[in-house]
Amino acid sequence: MANPALNGASSGALEPPPAGPVAALPPAVAAAPVAAAHKAPRAWAWRWLWAWPFPLAVLALWQLSAVWGWVPEQVLPPPAAVFKVFGELLASGELWDHLRISMVRVFAGFGIGLSLGLLLGGAMGLSPTFRDYVFPLFKAFSQVPVIGWLPLLILVVGIDEELKFLLIAKAALVPVAINTCQGIQNVPNRLVEVARVYGFTRWQMLRKVVFPAATAPIWNGVRYGLTHAWLALVVVELLASSEGIGFLIVYGRQLFQLDVVLAAVLAVGIVGFVIDKLLAVSEAWLLRWRKPGL
Amino acid sequence: MSSVNVQRNLFHKVPPRLRGWVLPLLILAVWWAVVASGASDSPLLVSPLAVWQRGVGQVVSGELWVALSASLWRMAWGFGIGASVGLAVGALLGWSRWAERLVGPTFHTLKQISLFAWIPMLSMWFGLGDAAKIAFVAMAAFFPVVLNTLEGLRSVPREYLEVARVYEFSVWQTLRRVVAPAAAPSLFTGIQLSLIYSWLATLGAEYLLASGKGIGNTLIDGREHFWMDLVLFGVVVVGLVGFALNALLAVLEKRLLAWRDRTIARY
Repeated sequence: MANPALNGASSGALEPPPAGPVAALPPAVAAAPVAAAHKAPRAWAWRWLWAWPFPLAVLALWQLSAVWGWVPEQVLPPPAAVFKVFGELLASGELWDHLRISMVRVFAGFGIGLSLGLLLGGAMGLSPTFRDYVFPLFKAFSQVPVIGWLPLLILVVGIDEELKFLLIAKAALVPVAINTCQGIQNVPNRLVEVARVYGFTRWQMLRKVVFPAATAPIWNGVRYGLTHAWLALVVVELLASSEGIGFLIVYGRQLFQLDVVLAAVLAVGIVGFVIDKLLAVSEAWLLRWRKPGL
Repeated sequence: MSSVNVQRNLFHKVPPRLRGWVLPLLILAVWWAVVASGASDSPLLVSPLAVWQRGVGQVVSGELWVALSASLWRMAWGFGIGASVGLAVGALLGWSRWAERLVGPTFHTLKQISLFAWIPMLSMWFGLGDAAKIAFVAMAAFFPVVLNTLEGLRSVPREYLEVARVYEFSVWQTLRRVVAPAAAPSLFTGIQLSLIYSWLATLGAEYLLASGKGIGNTLIDGREHFWMDLVLFGVVVVGLVGFALNALLAVLEKRLLAWRDRTIARY
């Protein structure tokens, strides 16, 4: 299938690719992940428009099913009710209070996990000896998901803020450490060789070759870390908390107020969405130097 | 980077293969010493021996098997349902541009909702029994499979499809001989993630919908009764299951994707 002759020969031997914005590029380039390439604004607008019919149809059906009484409101409150509660929670400031508490927890825990993960992953990536000693234990530690450590930690530190910080830090630490370690290890050998030819010092090598080359995988780890931190926050707030957005969900469930539950779920989704977008934007900014290379 | 300063200190004297054991043994020794010294009389400080005995007790009495089989049974059902539906949805989104345009953005928005936030809703709809747990595990398994199937189908190089067109492959042939092998690594990643998430979700469901038996319930039990030895044993079992799942997948990947190495080796 992957015929070497085909790949090696000039791509012009292939039949011309179909027309389209990529047709101007040689296929080898077109096949590369140019996800962040500048899209034509019109194409973007069309994509944006096409995104709406499906969710709007689902919402309409959902609302109608409540209006026509297919589903009792206690089982699935109609979207209008959910949005109304969401608005009320926003206006009363209650939602903000819970969100603020949750965000403090996430960022404190994530900050701890990120710094420890970078340190640990960096040390494991740079020193094979350190890796030999630490990696097996780290691996065993990461095999147990956050949720497995939860009962143990509750016994040891109680259910106060320390519990949340520790769990969220653990959730962020593992992906950051693994990706940092692998990112550093996978720096292409030829780059290191060139640097050695130029007689780079160890610091220059790290600063100018290893870290830039490892930025993308490390950033990937940071992304996963923050996503996992948010996931861990919701779990720990559902299980052991008296405030925060996860608590709001449990609270609504206990009172059988599903509209409150769904409004809180909506808030969880919005925060997750914003975090993801922020990370995508900062990734584009952090790796902006890679574009001219393409 | 590899210019390791060759200092023959203590750390380098241990042969590399044994180095991984140093830290765990050290921790175990310190733990044992602290317990033996009687420095603390906290009921939480149990000896490693107590954990071992608790583990033996759980195995001999059969309690471990009851809990473990219940958990694995739930996970298998949830994973089976979630992964197959995910495969179908992912294939649809990957195959049809229209489906992706219409449903893709909604899907990518929905996946941002932290999974566990759904549990209270699910408990309302399906109760606290196995139905709710399996539904939750299925949700956890669903998302990674869809994402990776979609990505796998999208990453099939255009040239491969063009070659297939030149050879006038039928749709089935193209799928079987070009698309499936090219997308296989990504599909596999999806299955792998999905299985790990399923295990995580099984535990989560057992905590939050605490009813019946399961490893999650064992852990919760231990916490409620302040049985540190049971909790520690539970954590070890959870880790071992995760490890076993990963090992199983590594073997499968080696067998199913063995052609990958061969293709590269021919160059």
